[in-house]
Parts: sequence; C-alpha cells; structure tokens
Amino acid sequence: MWENIKDFASTFFVTGDPLIYGADVSIVLTIIAILFVLTKYKKWGWLWREWLTTVDHKRIGIMYLIASLLMLFRGGVDALLMRVQLAFPNVEFLHSDHYNAIFTTHGTIMILFMAMPMMFALFNMVVPLQLGARDVAYPFLNALSFWLFMLGAMLFNLSFVIGGSPDAGWLSYPPLSQNEFSPGPGQNFYIWGIQISGIGSLATGINFIVTILKMRAPGMKLSKMPLFSWSVLSSCIMIIFAFPILTVTLALLFLDRFAGAHFFTMDGGGNPMMYLNLIWMWGHPEVYIVVVPAFGIFSEIVATFSRKKIFGYKSMVWAMMIIAVVSFFTWAHHFFTMGTSASVIAFFAISTMIVGIPTGVKVFNWLFTMYRGRISFKQPMLWTIAFIPCFVIGGATGVMLAVAPADYQYHNSYFLVAHFHQVLIGGVVFGYLAGIYYWWPKLFGFKLDEKLGKWGFWFWNIGFYVCFMPQYALGFMGMTRRYYTYGWDRGWADLNLVSTVGAFMMGIGFIFQVWQIAYSIKHGERDTTGDPWNGRTLEWSIPSPAPFYNFAVVPQVKELDDWWETKEAKANGTYKEQPAKLEPIHMPKNSGIPFIMSNFWFLVGFGFTFGWVWMAVIGFIGVFACMWARSFQYDTDYYVPVEEVRRTEASLGRVV
Amino acid sequence: MAQHQNHGGHHSHGSMKEYVIGFILSIVLTIIPLVLVMNPILSKTATVISILVMAVLQFVIQLVFFMHIREGEKPRYNVQTLILGLVIVFTIVAGSLWIMLFNKY
Amino acid sequence: MATNHDHGHGHDHHEEHEQLKVLGFWIFVVTDCVLFGTLFATYAVMMNSFAGGPTGQELFQLPGVIASTFILLTSSFTSGLAVLAMNKGNVKQLIAWLAVTGLLGLSFVVLEVTEFMHLMSEGATMATSGYWSAFYTLVGTHGLHVTLGLFWMTALMMQLKRRGISAVTRRKITNFSLYWHFLDVVWIFLFTVVYLMGVM
Repeated sequence: MWENIKDFASTFFVTGDPLIYGADVSIVLTIIAILFVLTKYKKWGWLWREWLTTVDHKRIGIMYLIASLLMLFRGGVDALLMRVQLAFPNVEFLHSDHYNAIFTTHGTIMILFMAMPMMFALFNMVVPLQLGARDVAYPFLNALSFWLFMLGAMLFNLSFVIGGSPDAGWLSYPPLSQNEFSPGPGQNFYIWGIQISGIGSLATGINFIVTILKMRAPGMKLSKMPLFSWSVLSSCIMIIFAFPILTVTLALLFLDRFAGAHFFTMDGGGNPMMYLNLIWMWGHPEVYIVVVPAFGIFSEIVATFSRKKIFGYKSMVWAMMIIAVVSFFTWAHHFFTMGTSASVIAFFAISTMIVGIPTGVKVFNWLFTMYRGRISFKQPMLWTIAFIPCFVIGGATGVMLAVAPADYQYHNSYFLVAHFHQVLIGGVVFGYLAGIYYWWPKLFGFKLDEKLGKWGFWFWNIGFYVCFMPQYALGFMGMTRRYYTYGWDRGWADLNLVSTVGAFMMGIGFIFQVWQIAYSIKHGERDTTGDPWNGRTLEWSIPSPAPFYNFAVVPQVKELDDWWETKEAKANGTYKEQPAKLEPIHMPKNSGIPFIMSNFWFLVGFGFTFGWVWMAVIGFIGVFACMWARSFQYDTDYYVPVEEVRRTEASLGRVV
Repeated sequence: MAQHQNHGGHHSHGSMKEYVIGFILSIVLTIIPLVLVMNPILSKTATVISILVMAVLQFVIQLVFFMHIREGEKPRYNVQTLILGLVIVFTIVAGSLWIMLFNKY
Repeated sequence: MATNHDHGHGHDHHEEHEQLKVLGFWIFVVTDCVLFGTLFATYAVMMNSFAGGPTGQELFQLPGVIASTFILLTSSFTSGLAVLAMNKGNVKQLIAWLAVTGLLGLSFVVLEVTEFMHLMSEGATMATSGYWSAFYTLVGTHGLHVTLGLFWMTALMMQLKRRGISAVTRRKITNFSLYWHFLDVVWIFLFTVVYLMGVM
C-alpha cells in the first residue's frame, strides 16, 4: 500500500529539481497565508460576495488584470532562466529537457495567459464606460469567461509541480507532441488548459461584439464611436472566427493522444503538417487579436495627450476592419519551408505584405496627430512614443520574413525570435502598459507614480533594445531558436551575453513597476475630478472609481470625443444643461454559477490530463448541472432605486 | 396575445405557407442528388458539382424559409456576421485543400 | 429592491434585452459554423487517407442514412411549426410540436449510434485510419450537438409548462429553433460530402 502511494506520488508530483521544490514550498506557503488571512479577518463572505460571484465588468477587469500581471511575472521568470542558460557557451544551468519545458511555457503563458487576459482586462475596464453603457451585453457570460480563463490558466500552471510541464514548443507541433515523443501528462495539461480558457475567450468575443453593436449610448453612431472600442470590435471579430479553429485543432490533437486517432500521426494516413495548417489559421489572427486593441489604446492616448482630435479617424477605422479580415488570409507564411506549390507561397507572401499596409497607415495617423499638438509626456504617452519606432522596426523585419525566398534563410532563426518579440513587446506589451497607466485612475481612483514609472519605462525600453537587437544578428550568424546551449567556436558568445543583460534590464523595469503600484496605493495622486488627463471620451465624465452602475444618467452623445466637446461648450458658455432625470437602474444579479461551473471544467481537464475518465465524467456532469440550473433561473436581475443612485452620486461628490 | 402584437414589429415570424414551401423544396433538393448518385448519368465531376450546388441551395432555402434571414431590424448584423463567417469557412476548407493536397501527390 | 413589475419600463428593458440575446446566439451559431468548417476541412484533406483499411464506399449503408436525413429535415420543419404555435400564443401546441421534434431528434441519434456500432463491428474505428478518425469526429460532433439539443429542448418544455409564453421563454424558443435549423443545415452538407460523395 505504502509502496503504491510512493510510486504514484513520484510520477504524480514533479521531483528532482531544486527549482521545483522551491516552487512547491512557495506555493504551499502562499496558499496557507491566503487561507490564514481570509479566515483571520473573516473575509470569506466578502471574497464570495464581492469577487467570486461578481458580474460587474469593472471587477472582472480588475481580476483579469491581477491574473495577467502574475502571469507576466511567471513568463518573465521563464525568460530570464532561458537567458541565464544562454548567457555563455556551455552553461550547465538547465538540462535540455528542462529548457524545452521553459521555452514552451514561456511562449504559451505570454500569449494565452498574459496577453489575452491583459487585453480582456482592458476590454472590461474600458469598453462599457466608453460606450456609456451600464455593463456588457451578457454580464453572467462575462463572469463565466473570466473563470474559465482563470481555471484554464491554473490547470496549465499546475503542470509545473504536478505531472510535468509540456515541452513541445508553444504551439505543440506533432509528431513531437504525440504520445510517442511526449508520453507524460504535460501535453494534456497544455491541451486542456488552453481549451478551457479558449471557450472563455470565444464567449468574450461574442459578448463584446454585441455590447459594441447594441449597447452604445443614444446618439453614439458607429461613426462617432471612440477608436479603442473600434479596435475591440475588430479584435473580437477575429476572436469569434479564429477560436473555433483552435478548439477543433486541440481537440483533434487530443483525440490522437487519447483515442489513438490518426489526424496528425506519422502513420495510419495522418499528416502532421495538417496541424500546422490548422493551428496557424488560428495563430495568425491571434497575433492581430492581441495587437489591434493596442492600436486602439494608442489612438486614444495620442489624441488625449496631444490635445487634438485624432488625425484620420475614418482611415483608422478602415485600417482596423481591413486587418480583421485580411489577417485570415496570411497563415501559411508561418510554414513556407514546409514545401508546397509555388502559387501557394506567392499568394501568402503577397497577402502578408498587404496586411502591413493598414498598419503603416495608422503609424502616419498617429504621427500627424502629434504634429503641432501640445504634447504632454505623461506615462501613457511615453509608452506610446516608445512604441512607434519599436513597432516600425518589428513590422519592417516582418516584411523581410514575408519575402518567401529569403524566409528560407531566416526561418526559425533568432532573427525570427527577435522579430516577433519586437512586435509583441513593442506593440502589445507597450500598448497594454500604456493603456493600464491611462485608465488606472478610472478603475482605482489614483494615478500611478510618475517618477518610479519613468524608471520602469527607461529600464524596459533600453533593456528591450539591448536584449533583442543582438538577436537579429545572431539569427544571421546561424543561431536557430530553441538551442539550449552552444560552443565557444560558434562565435555567438558576446552577443548572447549582451542579450541576457538586456533581458535582466527589462526584469528590473518590471520590479520598478511593481514597486510603483505598491507605492502609489498609499502615495499616488488621488483623482477627485474623474478626469485626470483632460480626456476626450465618455469614461472621463463619471467619477473615479466609477460607481457600480457606471452612469447615473445615460449620456446623450452628439459628437465624436463627446466629453471633450461638452467641456469646450461649457468653457465657451454655449453648453445647455439638460435636465437630468434619474430613473431606476436595471442591473444584473451576482451569480456563483460561473465560478462553480469553471471548477467543474477544471475537473474535466484534470481528469483527461491523467486519463482518469471517471473524474472527467464527474466534471462534465457538473458542467451540465450548472447549465441546467442556470436555464431555470428567471430572477436574474433587479432595479437600483432612484434614492440609492442619488445617495451614491452624492457620496462621490456629484449632484444629480 | 396582446404582448405578441406589441412586439410583432421586430420578431421574425414566418407563416405556415413559408414553412411548407421550405420543407417541400428541401425534400426535392435532397432527392435530386440522391438520384444523381444512385443512377450516375453525369460524369463524376459533374455529379460532385451538382450535388454540392444542391446542398448550397438547400442551405439558402432553409435560411430564407426557416430562419427568416430576410426579416429583422436593420442594420442586419446577423446577415453580416453570417456572410463573413461563410467567407472564413470557405477559406478554411479551400485553403486547407490547396495547401495540403500539394504534399499528397 | 424593486421588482420588475413596478415600472413601466420594466417590460421594454426586458424585451430589448431578450432581443440582444438572440443576436448573441446567432453569432454563436456562426462560430459553430466555423467549428464545423474546420472539421469539414480536416475531413476533406483526409478524404483518401484509408491507410490500407476499409473505405467508406465499402461500409456505408445508405438506407439508414437517407432515413436519418429525412427524419432530421422533418424535425427542422416541426421545430418551425413549434415557433408558429408560439407566435399564436398556443402553449399546448408549442409543447406538442417540440415533443414531436424531440422524438424525431432522438430517433436520429439512435440511428446514428446504430450506424457507428455497425461500422465499428466492420473494423472501422477511430484508430483505423486518418479517414475514419476524421469521419467519426465530424459526424460525431454533429451527433453530439443534436444530443445536447435534446436536453435543451427538454429543459425548455419544462419551463414552458411552468411559465407559459413570456418574453424570456419566447427568446429561448427562438434561439432553440435557430440552433435546430442550423443542425439540419450542417447535416445537409454532411450527407452530401461524407455519404453521397463517399459512395460515389
């Protein structure tokens, strides 16, 4: 009996690495600390009522934000471990299989569990406020999306200490990801972690499309909608068409592993290249899904901090919508070297170059907006200005990669690694950070400290170039990605060391930001006006932090940048005060079902990961029971009485 | 009943006549391909093309007569979504075949 | 906390809200189209990957499949009749037509399971070849959708009994019938591409 348990534990838990034991200890300690604090201060009820069951988009946004920052930390630590291993030739810091696991989890976490939730955080924090809406179209579904993401991410991260991490690359190409070469549960963690959070992402896509199309304040025609909301629409259109492809692709890979199917196997008529074909049909739109909202953020910030209307509003909208469609026609450029007909390669090379054009248009629009503007270099604007050259270089190297004959040289080299980090960090991360700095006061009621933020900013920026510029050269010198070590004779030592120094500079930048947040909670400049940046759009017309119903009176929109126009009119004395009449506000009720149902999904994923079908069956029954219970719930919303609205507004210093 | 009339304007309703027409047309469009496949009178390619055309026609008929795609408020976001979705579906199927079949032969 | 009935607005809000859910559901159905499109693409690429195993032409038994096709088509029609009954405000008729739709759906599922059992007994399983993997996944996913639809329909019939026709149940039935028509449309393509082209 004891032997059996020992046997089980030695395969179930990951053993034999001091790093992992360290992680085990810190996880256990953190859990104990959390449980202790919650119990000591009697916060269990608070946690359940205010957070676990909430359907308020602002709170869901905050939870997404916290989760994504934690994931940024984990993905960042992965990156630093890799850079340590590569700092010098012949380093024996990580074993090759450990290195494989780390680059796999780094990529997967950064895209799916860092960038995606940070994006959803911004969607949730901003879109309803910007549209003048009380909530998203389906608040319940929104909560479900969050918890599915959260439990999926937890399942994925669990692989670090239980069962073993996936180690077949961030997209898990077969045949390496098949049973034959990845027999352990790691690959199953990958499949189910992404699968579960993917369902949530799809639901969020639908949710925000309907919110944007149907929940805008009266008078806000689509042609008067702020650009960030447009970018969210573009991103969500890509989400709803790309994520079903991911769902199917992962399901097929799972069937190969679980049921002996022959989709992507080397024998039995399977074809591993079909996996590449399918996963990139999702994967290429995916990078646009995460970058287009960043474009929207920059558009808002550039206009606000240049004190000018955005230049070329219409062309911006068109550019984003064109990207939403064209991004579905470029996927094969990820596997030019696979070998297919010349016409296929020519088509995808050209479509890849075409998709760069709308992005170029946007860069000029931002520059022209700044031209002759009164620019103030606050943190959001700093990140925006840093983004432009960074993204332009990243885009240009992307076009180099699109030249198919040349791609045979660059393919899977460090040139590629440098390229996609440049667009993903320079575009997505800089963009989201800019957005977080910009909208932080709206969510939390205080600004993030400028001085610490500037330290963080410069460390990030200089670190970025120090880290990735050498990698372009390394690519040309023949270093391919995923090498875990190299010899002195290669001549890569100096540049790799420089690159590692840069990576650590970015790490220091991140530490400054964490410090900045901690410092600002106490000492940050409080936002009493609700409009700390002299903003242009509706979210700045309400108090910070926004009351739970957002708008006491639904605004009537007349112009693009309506809040700016209102302020101008007030200054000119041409503003006509409209008699505001408070009405009871229709709000959704909290629900525990999203949280419970997502936990059952977790059981499904965990069961399948270890091949314990009984557990998966229990999970499915639970999921089904939750859906059944929800279907029979009719009492799902309520009205906030006028008196309560008046009281809340008064406590925020507003008279209605 | 009163409730129904209040909101009659933006519901997609359809009538018995519509459903019956749709049903009959669907049956016809199922039988024709069956006959074409059971008694091959056309060449193989011609048969494949014609049965695919019938399937698409039947899809359109169900959209119109069963799902009332022509009704509903403007702007027709549902139609726009559907069209874009079908473009993507076409891309996935045709693109996969185009890319993958090269490797097979 | 006030209840919905206290306000003249209560009903309008509700109705608007329900309309919103129909649009969302429609978008979901379109995403499901993409899901099936991906499965169709996989099937099309695997169309000749028999790996020396049995082919569809050898094993398909068209009579059963033809019966399934007409059964599902009829159920699509009867679910439309259920919507007509709802528009007339006739709950009893509505539930009756839903029941007919459900029985037809159930017999469709039974036929499919029988077919799968037959195919497996002939030595064509998920693990036989790429072709059969793609076949079972594509057809099975559709069957799973129909099965889920049956449960959904049962829940809706229970709710209709309890609550009659209201803005909420009306929206639910609208969504359900949309889903059911959609499954019939998917089947048309399955029938054409998998079975008809399979036996040619």
